[in-house]
Amino acid sequence: MQWFDLKSDRGGTIFLGLLTLVTLVVIVANQLIPAGSSLHLSTFTVTLLGKYLCYALLAIALDLVWGYCGILSLGHGAFFALGGYGMGMYLMRQIGDRGVYGNPLLPDFMVFLNWDKLPWFWHGFDHFWFAMLMVMLVPGGLAFTFGWLAFRSRVTGVYLSIMTQALTYALMLAFFRNEMGFGGNNGLTDFKDILGFSLQADSTRVVIFLASALALAGGYLLSRWVVRSKAGRVVVAVRDAEDRARFVGYKVESFKLAIFVLSAVLAGIAGALYVPQVGIINPGEFSPLNSIELAIWVALGGRGYLYGAVMGAVLVNYAKTYLTGAMPDAWLFALGGLFVVATLFLPKGVVGWFEGLSTRRKTEEVARG
Amino acid sequence: MTRLSFPACTVLALITCVLLALLWPPSPANANQPDDRFETVVSGLSVKNFKKKSIAVERLVSSGDPRTVPVLQAMLKGQLFYIKSGKRMVYGSATDDGYRVTTVVGGEVLGEMGKRAIKKVSVNNRIRKQLRSAIARLSLADPDPEVRLDAARELLRNLTPEAAELVRSAVVDEPRDKVRAVLETGLAILNLDSGDQAEQLAAIASLDGSLVPEARNRLSLLVEETDDETLRSAALASLKGIESTLRWNRTAETVFFGISLGSVLLLAAIGLSITFGVMGVINMAHGELIMLGAYTTYVVQLLMPNHIGLSVLVAIPAAFCVSGLFGIVIERGIIRFLYGRPLETLLATFGISLILQQLVRTIFSPLNRAVSTPPWMSGSLEINGALSLTYNRLYIIVFSLMAFLFLLVILKRTALGLQVRAVTQNRQMARAMGVRTGRVDALTFGLGSGIAGVAGVALSQLTNVGPNLGQTYIIDSFMVVVFGGVGNLWGTLVAAMSLGVANKLAEPWAGAVLAKILILVFIILFIQRRPRGLFPQKGRSAEH
Amino acid sequence: MAKGSAGTFEGSAHVAPPGEIDTRHGVILYMENVTVSFDGFKALNDLSLYIDDGELRCIIGPNGAGKTTMMDVITGKTRPDTGSVFLGQGTDLTTMSEYQIANAGVGRKFQKPTIFPTHTVFENLELAMQSDKRVWPSLFARLTGEQRDKIAQVMATIGLTEVCYSPAGLLSHGQKQWLEIGMLLMQEPRVLLVDEPVAGMTHQEMDRTAALLTGLAGEHSVVVVEHDMAFVRSIARKVTVLHQGSVLAEGDMDTVQNDPRVVEVYLGA
Repeated sequence: MQWFDLKSDRGGTIFLGLLTLVTLVVIVANQLIPAGSSLHLSTFTVTLLGKYLCYALLAIALDLVWGYCGILSLGHGAFFALGGYGMGMYLMRQIGDRGVYGNPLLPDFMVFLNWDKLPWFWHGFDHFWFAMLMVMLVPGGLAFTFGWLAFRSRVTGVYLSIMTQALTYALMLAFFRNEMGFGGNNGLTDFKDILGFSLQADSTRVVIFLASALALAGGYLLSRWVVRSKAGRVVVAVRDAEDRARFVGYKVESFKLAIFVLSAVLAGIAGALYVPQVGIINPGEFSPLNSIELAIWVALGGRGYLYGAVMGAVLVNYAKTYLTGAMPDAWLFALGGLFVVATLFLPKGVVGWFEGLSTRRKTEEVARG
Repeated sequence: MTRLSFPACTVLALITCVLLALLWPPSPANANQPDDRFETVVSGLSVKNFKKKSIAVERLVSSGDPRTVPVLQAMLKGQLFYIKSGKRMVYGSATDDGYRVTTVVGGEVLGEMGKRAIKKVSVNNRIRKQLRSAIARLSLADPDPEVRLDAARELLRNLTPEAAELVRSAVVDEPRDKVRAVLETGLAILNLDSGDQAEQLAAIASLDGSLVPEARNRLSLLVEETDDETLRSAALASLKGIESTLRWNRTAETVFFGISLGSVLLLAAIGLSITFGVMGVINMAHGELIMLGAYTTYVVQLLMPNHIGLSVLVAIPAAFCVSGLFGIVIERGIIRFLYGRPLETLLATFGISLILQQLVRTIFSPLNRAVSTPPWMSGSLEINGALSLTYNRLYIIVFSLMAFLFLLVILKRTALGLQVRAVTQNRQMARAMGVRTGRVDALTFGLGSGIAGVAGVALSQLTNVGPNLGQTYIIDSFMVVVFGGVGNLWGTLVAAMSLGVANKLAEPWAGAVLAKILILVFIILFIQRRPRGLFPQKGRSAEH
Repeated sequence: MAKGSAGTFEGSAHVAPPGEIDTRHGVILYMENVTVSFDGFKALNDLSLYIDDGELRCIIGPNGAGKTTMMDVITGKTRPDTGSVFLGQGTDLTTMSEYQIANAGVGRKFQKPTIFPTHTVFENLELAMQSDKRVWPSLFARLTGEQRDKIAQVMATIGLTEVCYSPAGLLSHGQKQWLEIGMLLMQEPRVLLVDEPVAGMTHQEMDRTAALLTGLAGEHSVVVVEHDMAFVRSIARKVTVLHQGSVLAEGDMDTVQNDPRVVEVYLGA
C-alpha cells in the first residue's frame, strides 16, 4: 500500500501533508523559538490544536459508519467519552498520595464519599498498558453489544439514530451518579502526570500533541485501507442496497458490526488523547448534544471522504473557539444555522461541493477537447 | 400525605375564622344584651398572673358565648392584645412598624397602633394546653359539621386524658357518621389502655386498617409494652392490617404519580406522534416547540397579571397558535425540501432547535422564568388519611387525555384527517386525486407543533420554564413514540402511561436517576426485539 | 430471528460448493405445503412446487397470486407459517437466513433492478462473485487473474464491457437489468430465481435475455416469474400457474393456456 497516494487520493494526500507540516511547525515554534519571539507558539495554542486533532479523529470515526455504512450514530460521543474515562482513570491513579486528602490508595472523590476500598473496575488502571487496552476494549465492547443487538434485529435508519442517542443519554445519567464510581458530576480531574512526566510541562504537551497527530494520521490510513478493501466496498454496498448485498451472500450484520466496532475504537482512542490535553473528563462529554454536533462536523466537511470529516471538525471547532470567545450569544445561532445550511445547501459537504466543481470542469474540458 | 393535606386544613381553618369574624360581631340579635358581660369576661384575660389567667379562660369558656373560639384561637396564636390604656381587648396583626388593631367586642377597626400602645396577652405551656382542649371542646359542639370534623381530627393528634372525656361525651351526641367515625377511632385508641382485655381486644379489632397515624403508634406501643400474649398477637394482626392498607395506598399513590408522569409524557409525545409517526418527519425541534408554549404562558401571564386563573386558559389557544405557526414556518421553510431524507431532516431540525433555544435565551434571559399556578389548580383532593391527589396533577391527566381525544377526532373525523391519512398512505395517488399535499403537510406539521405548544402550557405548571425545557423532553418523547409504535396514536397513549407508571414504580427502590436509566435501557432492548414498537403499523406501507 | 443469524460474529457462512447439493432424485427445489399469511390474508395457501435440476420453469399468475411471496420464502426473506422448503435432499432453507441461502446456491433477481449504484459495473460483479464472503477474508481479498477473467467474461456476456468503470447508478434501466443478471451469474448459483427479467427491455434485448436464460438452463435451474406472455412462450418448456397462493395448473404452455380454469382466472368469470 502506498502511503502518499497522490493519484487516487489527492485530498487525503494534501491532508496528510498539511498535518505533517503543522506538526513540524508546532514543534519548532513551541520548543525551539524562545517565548519572547513573535513566532513563538504558546502551549495554550498547542493544546488547542491538539484538541482539534482529537476531534478530527473522532470525526473520521463517525464518517466510517455514517459516510460509508449509512448508519448515523448519534451516540459516538459516548465512545469518545468512554475512551476519555479510561485515560482519566489511569491519570487519577498516577496522582497517588498527591491528592487533596493525601490518600495513597484512593482518589479524592472516593475519600470524599467515605469509600474504604477501590471498586473492582478501577483495578489495573495503575498500568498504562492496561488503561490503553481498556480505552479500546470498552468502547469497542459497548459498540459490539449494542450493534450486535441492533443490526441483528435490523433496526435501521432514524430508529437506530434515536436508539444511539438514548444510549449516550442513559450513559450520561449513569455517570452523573456518584455511586457509579467515576467521580459523578465533577468527573475526573486534577491530573498530575502521565508516564512519569508532568502534564504541566510544555514538552509533555508537545509530545501529546505529536501523539494525537500520529493517531490521526494512523486512524486516517487505517480507515482508508479498510474502506478501499473489498470489505469496505461491501460496506458501501450495504449502505446503498442492503437487500441486494444480502442476496448476493454477505452477512450484512457482520459487516455493519465490524465497521461500527472499528469506529467506536477509533473514537475511544480520540477520547483518550483528548483528556490529558484538556485536563478533565466529566459526564457532560456523554451529552447527546456533543454527539449530534459531531454529526454536523462530518456533514459540513462531506461524508464519505474521511479527510472531509477532518476538515469539518477543524472548521467548526475553530469557529466555535472564535465565536464563543468573541460573541458568545452568536455561537448557538451560528451552529444552528450551520445545521440548516449544511443540510439544505451542501448535502455533500464542502469537499463534495469542490469535487462537484472539479468534475464539472473536467467534463467541460472533455466536451471542449 | 399529611404534608400535602396540611395546607388544605390551614386554608379551611382560616376560612372558618374569617367567616366567624364576619358573621358574629355585627349580628345585632345577641350583640346588645350580653356584650357587657362578654366584654368583662374577655377583659379578665389581661391579668398577668398565669393562675388567674387560667381561671379567666375557664370563665370565658363556660360563658357559652359563640364568640369565644376566635378569641381563644387568637390567644393561642399570639394575636390577642389589650390596649394599655383602658385594658380593651383587641386582635392585632403585625405590620411594618406596629399592629393593625380590631376590637374583640364589636369588631371595630381601630387602625394602626404602635408597639408600645398595646400589650400581648401572653400564654405559657399550661395555658396553651388548656386553650387547645377548650377550643376542641367548643368546636366539637359547633353546629357546622366541618368544624366538628376538624376538631375531632385535631383531638386525635393529641389524645390527652382530658381529651378522652371530651371524645367520650362527644361521640354519643354526634349526628354525622364521618365525624363520629373519627371520634370512634379516638375512642378505640383510648380504650387500648383501658386495662379491660375484652374492651382492649375490641378496640384493637376496630383499629384494623385505620389510617390514623396515632392508631398505628399506639398499637406499636402496645405491642412493645404489654405482657398479655392475646393482646399482643391481636395488636400485631391489626398492625399488619394497617401496614397493608398503607402499602395499598402507597401503591395507589405511586400509580397516580406514574399516570401523571405518563400524562406529561403523552402530552410531550403526541405532537411528535403526528409529525414523526404520521408524516415520518424527525423533528428534533419538537422540544423547543413545547418550550415556546411554556413561554407563551409566561407572556400571557405578564399581559394579564390580575387574572392568573384565567391566564392559563387563555394560554392554551395562544400557545397552540404560536407553536403551530412556528411549526408551519419550519415545515414550509426547511423540512419540505428534505422529504425522503430523514437523517438530514433530523440534523436540520436540530439546528432549528439550537436557534430557538438561543432566541429565547436572548429575548427572555437564560434564567428560568416564574409561571404562577392559578388558585384552582392548587390544593389536593383527599381520598383518605393516607392518600390525597394534588389538583395540578389531576388536571394534567384530564388535560392530556382531552388533547389526545382532540387529536384522535381530528385525524379520524375531519376532512383534514382524511387527507392526512391519504397522503401518508400514498402521496402520489393523493396528489392525483386533487389533495394539495403541500398544504396538508404544512397543516399536519402545524397541528403536531401546536399540540407541542399546548403541552408547554401544561409543563409550565409542573416544571421550571427555561431555555432548556425542551431538551429535557425530546429524548423521552421519541422513546414513547418509538416504544408505542410509530404512526399509532393509541400506541403512544399506552406507551406513555406504561413508561410513566413503570418509572414511578421503579423509583422507590432504584432512585429517580437509575429508574430513568433502567427505562431507557429497557426500551433500547425492547426495540431490538420488536423494532416496530408495541403496536406496529400493518401492511406494506409500513415498510419504507 | 432465525437460529442461523444468531451465530458467531464472523458468521457461520455455510458456503456450499455447488456439488454438495444432493439432487439424486433429480429435484433441486422442494416446496411442500407452504402457507404464509399476513394478518389473516393467505399469500401462499398450501403451495407445493418441485423444480427439477437443470429445468427452466416459468411461473405465471395474476397479481396477488403469491409469486413474489413464493420467492421471498425460498430466499429466506419471509418465513413460512407451515410447510417445508428444501434445496436438494438435505438443505432446509426455512432455517437459514438470506445470506446463507444465497451462499448455498440460490440467486435472486428482483423485480425492480437492484444493483450497487455508487460502485462501478466491475465492482458490482466483483462483489457478487462466488468467494469467501466473511468479513475478515473480505478485508484482505485480492483479485486473482482467474477471477478477473471471469468478471471480464460475464461482462462480455451481458454486454457491459464498454461501461466497465462507470458507476452502476448511471446505467440505463435495461443495462441495470443486465447487470443484475450478470451479478447472478457471478454468484454461480444452482437455482436462479428471476423476477420479471424483461420489464423495460426492448424486443432485441428481450430476445437476448431469452437466449441467455435458455442457455443457462441445464447447468443451472432457472425459475422465471414473468407477465409478458410472448416472452414466456418463447422460453417456456414447463409453466406453472399460481392463483390465490396455490398451484392452479402446470404443464407445457399449450396445455396450460387451454385449461378452462386458467382461462377463467385470466379472463375473469
